[in-house]
Amino acid sequence: MIINHPLLGPRDSQEFTYLGDAALIDRPDWQAEDAVDQFHDYLYLRDNPAGIHRELWFHETGDRSWLVVTRDTTTHEITSVELARDVARARGRSK
Amino acid sequence: MSDLIPLTALGGTSPRVDTFQGLEISECPEWALASIAARSGRATDMASAAQAFLGVALPDVARTAEKAPFSVFWMGPEQWMIEAPHDSHEDLATQIKAALGDTASVTEQTDGWVRFDLTGERCHDVLERLCNADSRSMPPGSATRTQLEHLGCFLIRRPQDSHFSVLGPRSSAGSLHHALETAAKSAI
Repeated sequence: MIINHPLLGPRDSQEFTYLGDAALIDRPDWQAEDAVDQFHDYLYLRDNPAGIHRELWFHETGDRSWLVVTRDTTTHEITSVELARDVARARGRSK
Repeated sequence: MSDLIPLTALGGTSPRVDTFQGLEISECPEWALASIAARSGRATDMASAAQAFLGVALPDVARTAEKAPFSVFWMGPEQWMIEAPHDSHEDLATQIKAALGDTASVTEQTDGWVRFDLTGERCHDVLERLCNADSRSMPPGSATRTQLEHLGCFLIRRPQDSHFSVLGPRSSAGSLHHALETAAKSAI
């Protein structure tokens, strides 16, 4: 499988480490009233779609950037690769 | 003061050099290294401070820049590694920190890495057996991190023709050298 890195171009997936659902970017507010429930859901509840899935990959033997990869879990077709940093900032995160 | 004998990463008192037909693999202990990473939101400030210190602009993605005595290569987003001769820049990280101030985080890297230089027209034949990076298609003056003998290494193509540097973890210098030597014997 080839991941088209937004900065470095096509790279073999063996250079990357898989983390999981890109929803991990949306870490709950620890000061919220229902923080315990939110963190339970954040840690343990995952969708397991057969089809399009947004997931986090780490370019370990590369530039060490985190990527958000949109992949079809049934065909392994990759339709989009973004820097996780850009995704997080677009959602209002400071870094 | 103890009378300590400086040893290279491979444990010798002088750098190891292996010569093959059309290739020389040499251990290069005489370089100081420091990495810089921009503090949050300070990338532009860091870039201008670094240019003033180095005398050359920080290189673009996957590229290198040279201005004696420094050479710089891109490591990742807003991160670069700076090389300079150890004899004149033993305190490289301190010098850079003084120049960049709070625009960047500076890390001393000198003894974290071992550097092997491959020179000669057969270097591609060795590198293509060892790593994912396509050394033939790398333009002169470029750098990438790649996996070599299960080790995360930097592969740098110097501006000179047929001159590559491999920077690998110093604690695995023996394994890395063994891999280079074995591939060279097999290819040449």
